[in-house]
Amino acid sequence: MTQFASITLMQNDDARPIIDAILADNPGVRILSMPGAVKLDCDSRLTVSRASVEERLGRPWSLQEIQLVLVSMAGNLEEDDDLFTLSWHK
Amino acid sequence: MSVVAITPDYEKHIQYRDEQALYHGALLVYVHWEEHLSFVSAFAVSLPPDTPFGAICEIAKGIYGDHPDAAQIDWMKVEWMIDSEQATPDFGKSIAENGVGHKSLIRFWTPGLHGYQGTPN
Amino acid sequence: MTAKKLSLKQRYEFLTRDLDWEPSYQPVDSIFPYDQFEGIKIKDWSGWEDPFRLTMDSYWKFQAEKERKLYAVIDAFAQNNGQTGISDGRYINVLKLFLTAISPAEYQAHRAFAFTGRHLRGAGTRVACQMQSIDELRHIQTQIHTISHYNKFFDGMSEFPIQHDRVFYLSVPKSFFDDARSAGPFEFMIAIGFAFEYLLTNLLFVPFMSGAAYNGDMSTVTFGFSAQSDESRHMTLGIEVIKFLLEQHPDNLPIVQRWVDKWFWRGFRLLGVVAAMMDYMLPKKVMSWKEAWDIYFVEAGGALFKDLARYGLKMPKYANVATEACEHISHQNWGLFYQLCHVAGFHAWMPDAEHMDWLSEKYPNTFDKYYRPRFEMWAKQEKEGKRFYFNGLPQLCSCCQLPMLYTEPGDPTKTCFRNSTFKGTRYHFCSDGCKDIFDNEPEKYVQSWLPVNQIFQGNCGGATVPEVLDWYKINVGVDNCDYVGSPDETLWKSWMEQRFSEAG
Ligand SMILES: [Fe+2]
Ligand SMILES: [Fe+2]
Ligand SMILES: [Zn+2]
Repeated sequence: MTQFASITLMQNDDARPIIDAILADNPGVRILSMPGAVKLDCDSRLTVSRASVEERLGRPWSLQEIQLVLVSMAGNLEEDDDLFTLSWHK
Repeated sequence: MSVVAITPDYEKHIQYRDEQALYHGALLVYVHWEEHLSFVSAFAVSLPPDTPFGAICEIAKGIYGDHPDAAQIDWMKVEWMIDSEQATPDFGKSIAENGVGHKSLIRFWTPGLHGYQGTPN
Repeated sequence: MTAKKLSLKQRYEFLTRDLDWEPSYQPVDSIFPYDQFEGIKIKDWSGWEDPFRLTMDSYWKFQAEKERKLYAVIDAFAQNNGQTGISDGRYINVLKLFLTAISPAEYQAHRAFAFTGRHLRGAGTRVACQMQSIDELRHIQTQIHTISHYNKFFDGMSEFPIQHDRVFYLSVPKSFFDDARSAGPFEFMIAIGFAFEYLLTNLLFVPFMSGAAYNGDMSTVTFGFSAQSDESRHMTLGIEVIKFLLEQHPDNLPIVQRWVDKWFWRGFRLLGVVAAMMDYMLPKKVMSWKEAWDIYFVEAGGALFKDLARYGLKMPKYANVATEACEHISHQNWGLFYQLCHVAGFHAWMPDAEHMDWLSEKYPNTFDKYYRPRFEMWAKQEKEGKRFYFNGLPQLCSCCQLPMLYTEPGDPTKTCFRNSTFKGTRYHFCSDGCKDIFDNEPEKYVQSWLPVNQIFQGNCGGATVPEVLDWYKINVGVDNCDYVGSPDETLWKSWMEQRFSEAG
């Protein structure tokens, strides 16, 4: 069975640029849309890039702000100033 | 296996909460009608040890009376099991004499009655 | 030029580990007396790091922002009489169960993380536990605030703190947390941090809260997702703790495996209540319990355990039994609620024809064969004016404290009975999972406060049902019995009539 690295975000305006950035940066992402939330799954590794979100948002953005719209996630987390990565050990 | 506890004399402080002595002289007994799982679980009842076994049938009639199968139970043909052993209880003798102890489980099967429309409900 | 901003890693270093100190006039072991007796061996506490690298200053900033957003929604919901816009009056009963069964568990988690944070000697762990402790307090507060609005209109919510300590089905979540809190700090972390937060809370908060949104309950979905945004941090703490324990010493593996087996099973039993809420209590449905289980346990749990296999950790012992039981538990538990809601603080009801068809479609292997006939029999009795209630007291499992209603693995026609004898007294269990837990620590579970047994012992207000209900603070004829004919239903119908007359 595929080991999905996964992130679930709220479906609202604050989350939209993050969702868009994830869709652009992680080819093959699987989308499960639920009322109020969206679950994004990617084979073994999924990243959120600060630069990519800032580009869509048009203002400086810190990766830690993701916590305001984060609902759930799966995978081992690695976070620094530029990249938020969820992955399974290979 | 000994207890894993930070208190070295843990065993001295255990509060047993289900001993027979706590039931004011009665036994806690569980009774279960097999193949009729629409009733949530076995029912619990506390009875003095000298209660005649036949009283269990009377209590069961009260609990199970609403089921369409209930009126057709022939209590003389019921098959019993007391604590995983098949049993032929003597209705006139006490539950204790019939081998029922504290927290015994009495299960019974009703031949010919296998639940609502033949499903185990 | 302004001073260069510190990186996330540097800030975390300064504001977490650098705030710690070496004690000089007390031995470390006497400051942390609780972290050794469980047999867990830790070689190096500095091996711990919070991957979120959240520091206390940012924590307060983010939490304040979450609260501002949440309370804006709660206020707007109240101002606009949002309660009249939910899908159906029946829906409120999920909030009653949530407030009485789950919110007090948030408080238990708050207390327990405060304790655990105090008693684990690594600075990183302590800070993460402290944050979680404050989060959990926030959760219960926001839940009480949100639901207090519904309490102005609907019954069954006002006595939740006392009911948590007394009412028979509420001993299920209560005993779950009592068990975890009376264990040592490492077992607690595996129980709540790992098994509960990582493996199981998704099932509670994600599809279920999405269901609240779908049913027009904007205030609940907002507290749900606001709480869940903390949950990601909690899940991370859970996964980090298990990796840390397994990395520290090979002797930790069998201990951790036993805890994983135990708490998976206890959590599975507890979440069976949520299964019934999802499949039966949401008037509009997002997904079935089985579908949620497949996504969040089979798929996500599968990926997790594949990852942890490198430490030798295996899937929880009864994972397959649980997955098989997922085709049954929501129906079995709804049967429990339906026939015992005369002694409960919420209403139950018979699913209608459309709802039963949905259940057949979602549970093709089990619903029509085993559960539809059960419900049809009850629907018939209802029509004849003989609405069925179980008029006995149920036998309880001495571990999970649920009524002994579950069936044999692989045979849904037979009730599962297991027992053990300890010091001459017999104890009964609903499953092998529950029996194993007892057999590993009988000294602990012989002390269980089993609600039905306590009634017989004379400790619950009296020997008759009305006396016990009075002691439970259940308002008879108002809070309990079927939804049909309840004051809640009358109120809901009056709102709907008003809506139509205004529209007309
Ligand atoms: Fe919480
Ligand atoms: Fe939590
Ligand atoms: Zn159990």
